[in-house]
Amino acid sequence: MSQELGRSVKPLANIVKAEGAEPLFQAGDAVKISVRFPVGHYRVPTYIRGKRARVEAVVEPAAINNEDEGFGRNAGVKRHYYRIAIPLSELWKGYAGSKNDGLRIEVFETWLERS
Amino acid sequence: MSSHAHANTPAPDTGDAVPGYYEVMETAVRELLIEKKVIGAGEIRQMLEVMDTRTPALGSKIVARAWVDPEFRARLLANGRATLEELGIDFFEDTQLIVLENTDSVHNLVVCTLCSCYPREILGLPPDWYKMKPYRARAVKEPRAVLAEFGTVIPDDVEIRVSDSTSMIRFLVLPQRPKGTEGFTEEQLAALVTRDAMIGVVRASNPEMKEKSR
Repeated sequence: MSQELGRSVKPLANIVKAEGAEPLFQAGDAVKISVRFPVGHYRVPTYIRGKRARVEAVVEPAAINNEDEGFGRNAGVKRHYYRIAIPLSELWKGYAGSKNDGLRIEVFETWLERS
Repeated sequence: MSSHAHANTPAPDTGDAVPGYYEVMETAVRELLIEKKVIGAGEIRQMLEVMDTRTPALGSKIVARAWVDPEFRARLLANGRATLEELGIDFFEDTQLIVLENTDSVHNLVVCTLCSCYPREILGLPPDWYKMKPYRARAVKEPRAVLAEFGTVIPDDVEIRVSDSTSMIRFLVLPQRPKGTEGFTEEQLAALVTRDAMIGVVRASNPEMKEKSR
């Protein structure tokens, strides 16, 4: 799988993005999913909040923050989603399957912290 | 309308019942959107018409093409949406598609724990079990047990990757090409690819091989 999903050619270096949407994280980065419980419906399932994870890929193109837009607030600049890998043994204590088994899930940049 | 096969089958819901909370909310939002001219009244009907044309048969064709054409397969894995758009398959809004390749060492499974996100553009509407809580909750917690209930036993040295679709990405599993299909045409191959194989709950299988192994 390519390191930047959604891209089939290697982008040129040093292009300043029109909307300032440079990804903050890169493939391989260690991250933690934020533990927050804002009022309303958020596309971050509670079972992954607070878990340690690894960025598997940056998802292109950058996207608007649905969670702001969904509540009527203009999100302004676009940010990235990331394909995140979390071992199932990190998610579930005493997971019975192989230690290599894992979850992949897309998480918006505002929910990720460096770890 | 066909007549009832069983006398004790309950009558179909013809809309006499008092609408539920979410039904009322859906109607209110839909009417507001139409009143405010965000959408036209015909657009929802038209969307349903489009949905009716998208079935797992489309996904099967894509998988069969990927099995016979390595260059297509590579592009499909690099960028699912752009590659399928070249085939004339359009997508809804900003939805991206990641194609997940099953190999000898990795088995992929797709779920949407929050609701029923599904690659409707290429598989049509999801099956009922995909939308129900037991599958949604268990697929991320005990995927091996769930797979076994579908008759799919994955060896311990094969990694299971569960993709939970929660936002703007949809997933299509590219199953492994069954053994004994070397001489098959693309059309014959497509017939082996089921909806469930593209969700990842079963493997694609060659019925002739199954008969031989019995």
